[in-house]
Amino acid sequence: MRSFIEAVKGLGITTRHFFVNMYYHILRFFHITGEKGETVTIQYPEEKRETFPRVRLRHRLLKREDGRLRCVACYMCATACPAQCIYIEAEEDPEHPLEKKPKHFVIDLGKCAYCGFCVEACPEDALRMDVHIPELSEYNRNELIYDIEELTRW
Amino acid sequence: MEWAIAIAAKVVIIFTWALLTVLYITLLERKESAVIQDRIGANRASVLGLRLNGFFQPYADALKMFFKEDYIPPFVDKPFYLLAPVIALFFALVPVGAIPVADSITLFGKKFTLSVIGSNVGVVLILSLLSLAIYGVIFGGYGSRNKYGLLGGMRAAAQIISYEVALGLSIIGVLLVFPSLDLNEIVHMQNRYILGGWVPLWGIILQPLAAILFLIAGMAENKRVPFDLPEGESEIIGYFLEYSGMKFGMFFVGDFVEILLLAALFTTFFLGGYNFPWLFADGFHFPWGNSIALSPIAVRIVQFITFNIKLWIMIWFLLLVRWTYPRYRYDQLMDLGWKSLIPLSIFNIIITAGIMAVIK
Repeated sequence: MRSFIEAVKGLGITTRHFFVNMYYHILRFFHITGEKGETVTIQYPEEKRETFPRVRLRHRLLKREDGRLRCVACYMCATACPAQCIYIEAEEDPEHPLEKKPKHFVIDLGKCAYCGFCVEACPEDALRMDVHIPELSEYNRNELIYDIEELTRW
Repeated sequence: MEWAIAIAAKVVIIFTWALLTVLYITLLERKESAVIQDRIGANRASVLGLRLNGFFQPYADALKMFFKEDYIPPFVDKPFYLLAPVIALFFALVPVGAIPVADSITLFGKKFTLSVIGSNVGVVLILSLLSLAIYGVIFGGYGSRNKYGLLGGMRAAAQIISYEVALGLSIIGVLLVFPSLDLNEIVHMQNRYILGGWVPLWGIILQPLAAILFLIAGMAENKRVPFDLPEGESEIIGYFLEYSGMKFGMFFVGDFVEILLLAALFTTFFLGGYNFPWLFADGFHFPWGNSIALSPIAVRIVQFITFNIKLWIMIWFLLLVRWTYPRYRYDQLMDLGWKSLIPLSIFNIIITAGIMAVIK
């Protein structure tokens, strides 16, 4: 008898969850409120979870105020990289003969371990990993190799 | 000739209704479990960009089931293996035809029952067909030639046979109160009112203990979650281990048809069947004096809608039970069946019979 009472109590818990959630679902269905109640689902493509501010995701290359890349092709990041996924080729900057600039700056995000050492190594603050886009999936591995053009676009 | 047309029309209409209901039981199962567990549930299936919160999901599921690879393992015992899903579905679906969805109607000078099998021994028919359904389970387990499948089948057989006793005995209490084997008659007799015409004399009011026993035994017959030892999808693999594609789908649909059947039987025996309170053959007669006259057709429509509402409430409750409890252990299952349900149902019969004898 005691176990029967406990079983009925259990039914009470699921019934409460059902009706509380159903109340919010009906309100949402008719666009009365946007509240979710106890529901924890995030409807992914339409609704995205907020990323944390210190999260390390895709890289980006920053530019100076006059539009040139901050990167001076010092190879610090490529040296620090444990996955060896950064490839840099330097050339002389024709307008500012004292400076170098990268001819190629390529990151293979398929190899990248997202450790952030390259960002810490950079003396010019040219490289950051704060593009808050978690979708980094492609059908082809080659499409994960990002060059200057893609790294400066975010 | 008219007789044949009437039968054909009833078969088509009632089984279409039953299968549509079953289709949406699968959706209700997914959505209700989701809502209970603080999720949203399937809502992606769309037709022309129209999602309607998963309204089309059952059709997508059915299509998927049809187009899955139907693999027959080389070692199976083919006749039994192929027969099992057909039996499981057939003997779940046929008893649905015996349930009256509305009162019998007189058309063109002839009386038609609104159930496919308008038998005057409907209760016995349903019980006997239900006990034949066990062959689907045993053949499935035996024909798979697989140790685990066979064990699942044996567990299912033991469980169904044990609980069928309690199921039948709990119905006897109802039959003592409503002395008829005709389901339509039983529903008719529940259209009486007590306490000055305010309280309908439904089975659940006269036989509350039988209602609980019938529900528990019925769920065990269904092989659903508190009693799902024969299936045990993830751990103690069950009798349909070797089945895939639509053959598995038939077992699956058979399960859901059994839910419909159990809910319909419970509605018929204990919730007054298609009776809307105070709705009689010629319309409403309220206890406060008013009455609304309705044509016979309109009465049947109201009865059919009432039956569906009661049915869905019962289905909702059965699914709620399924998503609330964990599984019984095998000895607990047998203890519950033989040491609690059967003695209680015999007790119920004795008490009911005694009271009926005193009243008479």
